[in-house]
Amino acid sequence: MPMKLTKFAFASLAILFLVAPLIAILPLAFTSSVILTYPIPSWSLRWFEELFTADAWRRAIVNSLIIGSGTTLLATVLGVAASLGLRNRLIFFRGTMRTLFLLPMVVPAVVLGVGLQVLLAGFGLTNSYAGVIIAHTVVAVPFVVVSVTGALAGIDERVELAAQSLGASPTTVFRRVTLPLAMPGVLSGAVLAFATSLDEVVLTLFVAGPNQRTLARQMFSSLRENISPAIAAAAFLFIAMTLLIGLVVVLSRSFLAKRR
Amino acid sequence: MAEFIRFDRITKFYGSLCVVENLELDIAKGEFVSLLGPSGSGKTTLLMMLAGFEQPTSGDILLDGTAINAVPTHKRDMGVVFQNYALFPHMSVGENIAFPLQMRGMGRAEIAERVARALDMVQLSAFAERRPSQLSGGQQQRVALSRALVFEPRVVLMDEPLGALDKQLREQMQLDIRDLHRRLGLTIVFVTHDQSEALTMSDRVAVFNKGKIEQIGTPRQVYDEPATRFVAEFIGETNLVEGVVEAVQGEEASVRLTSGAHIVSAVSGTVATGQTVYLSIRPERVDLTEIRGGARNCLETEVTDSVYQGDHLRVQLHNAAHPLIAKLGRRSREFPPGTKVFAGFSASDCRVIAP
Repeated sequence: MPMKLTKFAFASLAILFLVAPLIAILPLAFTSSVILTYPIPSWSLRWFEELFTADAWRRAIVNSLIIGSGTTLLATVLGVAASLGLRNRLIFFRGTMRTLFLLPMVVPAVVLGVGLQVLLAGFGLTNSYAGVIIAHTVVAVPFVVVSVTGALAGIDERVELAAQSLGASPTTVFRRVTLPLAMPGVLSGAVLAFATSLDEVVLTLFVAGPNQRTLARQMFSSLRENISPAIAAAAFLFIAMTLLIGLVVVLSRSFLAKRR
Repeated sequence: MAEFIRFDRITKFYGSLCVVENLELDIAKGEFVSLLGPSGSGKTTLLMMLAGFEQPTSGDILLDGTAINAVPTHKRDMGVVFQNYALFPHMSVGENIAFPLQMRGMGRAEIAERVARALDMVQLSAFAERRPSQLSGGQQQRVALSRALVFEPRVVLMDEPLGALDKQLREQMQLDIRDLHRRLGLTIVFVTHDQSEALTMSDRVAVFNKGKIEQIGTPRQVYDEPATRFVAEFIGETNLVEGVVEAVQGEEASVRLTSGAHIVSAVSGTVATGQTVYLSIRPERVDLTEIRGGARNCLETEVTDSVYQGDHLRVQLHNAAHPLIAKLGRRSREFPPGTKVFAGFSASDCRVIAP
């Protein structure tokens, strides 16, 4: 019994440790004060109003959605293609190749940022949506690869062989069998890619121009200029969006699972 | 016999490992051929090459006279049944069976009709809407079977399809598949490591060992006239007794055992006088008598153990040089250990095998 109690206490503490920053910032989104500090004098939605009316914030939200969607699409397509390629046992240095795909996860973002800026400048893509989407895709692809390779590993290869023997060409096998079976992994990968893009600051600092300020980037710069509770409101929006996407994934996964 | 499928000097290497070696095999239209052997003997690899999942390192596979090496799997028109059924988990039973028909561009109405008929054939009409995971192993196997048959393929390939089923169900399915084969005139290539399964179902059995066919023949031939020691030991149980050939006369040879006894035995291959050979004697062909019986061959032995096994009595015997096993029918009397008995068998129940 004391063991059980200790476990419970430890778990609660660990969770508290993880969510404490959120608990600290979220109430401030609803403050009526102009400074980002406790105590809260009275409750108000004025900072949300600010968020949706002030030009800079509104543009940042729209930019985040545009860049997030673009990144999700590009990273998912590339990540699925890479995962399919990595399945091939005949590929040379399969392990090395896989590590290469995961590299952007561990390489310092600053290093990537500098590299991308130089590279994108060479193609004239700095200060453009395409440039930012490409930069975000670089860091988002590893998440898709991890998630999709996991899903593909769970597919019995003989099911695909059976489809072939029943008359399905390789593209039909992919469309009718492989992709539907890997769909939960593809969905998770896509969501992770979107979340990565939403959250990305460092690369954005390097490659985005003033017209591609994302929500995260806008929060970052307004922190420097004036610490207004609009940041807390933006953070609230952020978390709400993330939770919403998470919910959609969980629901769609259980829906897919129920169809099995 | 006009061959329908022909394996022409097929060799398959995985890296430096040779899994199929210079193999020749002809299969006739409408024939049921089992590829029987232990795991790693190359039987499954051969089937995978026929299905087009693997490419032979050298040699040709011919179907109806034309080489199909370059034909991709989805154009080979062969139904494959896998050991784990390999049903599509995201489709219903009906959709699974409709799949090959959709691939052939059939109309909706015809597909529906054919699927209904296929389900009816395996008595699963009530399960069309279910997911494969909601069915038992035996039901899944029947779905896999009808999915592989519904498009009337030129050849049906089965890779240990009954391996995952329990014994009773397996025996029922063996008879069902055999019945389907006869009714529909299918050409079936069936891979198994279960010798009784191969004997039950096949027109011919090809016994595989180390990438080669040791013997191919009817179930009766491979059981009664094993060509090699491997075949004799792999199919059923046998007594292998060493001896030296003293004389060969037509289909029979006289062999002197190390114990000094003489045995007259049937010969299928060629053996020379003075050659050391093995005799294969099936345990169920041995009779035990307490006085010297009238059998052509008679060995003086002593009972060391006897075990009652329901449908037969299994008696272990010892004769000066070698142990011997006899399986006796249920009407047999008991033989307590220590009893001196004569083990008798005819010349045709015994086979000379060159080592």
